[in-house]
Amino acid sequence: MTRKIPVVPCSGIGKSLGAAAREAAYVLTEDLRPDKTQVVALALLVLGDEDAKREVTGGRAIAIDGCKLECAAKGLASCGASKVDKVAIFDVVRRHRGLKPEGVCDLNEDGLKLAQAAAEEAAKIVEEIAAEDGHA
Amino acid sequence: MPDLPRKKVGLISCSGEELPEGTVTRRAVRKVLETLRPDDAVTLCLPLFLAGGEGERSFARFYPTIAIDGCGKRCAALATEKYSAKPAASIVVTDVAKVNGCKAIGTARRLNAEGLRLTDEVAGKIVEETDRLLKKKPQSGGRGADRRKP
Repeated sequence: MTRKIPVVPCSGIGKSLGAAAREAAYVLTEDLRPDKTQVVALALLVLGDEDAKREVTGGRAIAIDGCKLECAAKGLASCGASKVDKVAIFDVVRRHRGLKPEGVCDLNEDGLKLAQAAAEEAAKIVEEIAAEDGHA
Repeated sequence: MPDLPRKKVGLISCSGEELPEGTVTRRAVRKVLETLRPDDAVTLCLPLFLAGGEGERSFARFYPTIAIDGCGKRCAALATEKYSAKPAASIVVTDVAKVNGCKAIGTARRLNAEGLRLTDEVAGKIVEETDRLLKKKPQSGGRGADRRKP
């Protein structure tokens, strides 16, 4: 697979779930699927940076959002991704009810576990996309 | 006398996820907000700003803002100007790094000790600008808060 799947996390600076979204993107692109994925910065993309748009236009992309406003998913949809696969941290946390994520700059242990869980969900999506592209 | 809202400064960081300098903007803004000037600053979420968050855009229209960008593309400053008003001050991390002789600062995911030092320098710059905009005398309690401009 030559094209790396763009992964866009929300940059939410006010809440732990935004921080978990960002951390999940790093877990996915650095630990779980480094050969198949890459982080693309949301602000660059939405402001029309040509390099960022080139990574996204015409292909599938993964948005990891911290809150229901889904800024990352909306940003990707507006920049020409053929399909936006969503990982919603606020849904992931519901599936892991024991977790109490805290912190923004430095997530607590539960926050890091939440990010790991979200990244694992995203990794499954990566495999679906790879299989669809014939590169499983 | 009417109970007027307290004047605050809005901090908008680029938070760039691709670059360690983006992480510096994020950490520096949080440091100012949580520790150095908690009563004087609020943070505005850039993605929400870009996605059309009316609360964020209105704030930036009526209150002074400081854009904190990781690189010369200056996404936070440009977005603020495009959707609300020109930021009252603009800080670019790569410029601060150059002035302070910072080199390898770690990764976007984990800053190293040099990255954390740069974060303190940037936080100091934000404090300077916040105090200037609010016409405050330099206070103790933050790096950079006691610096005088030449």
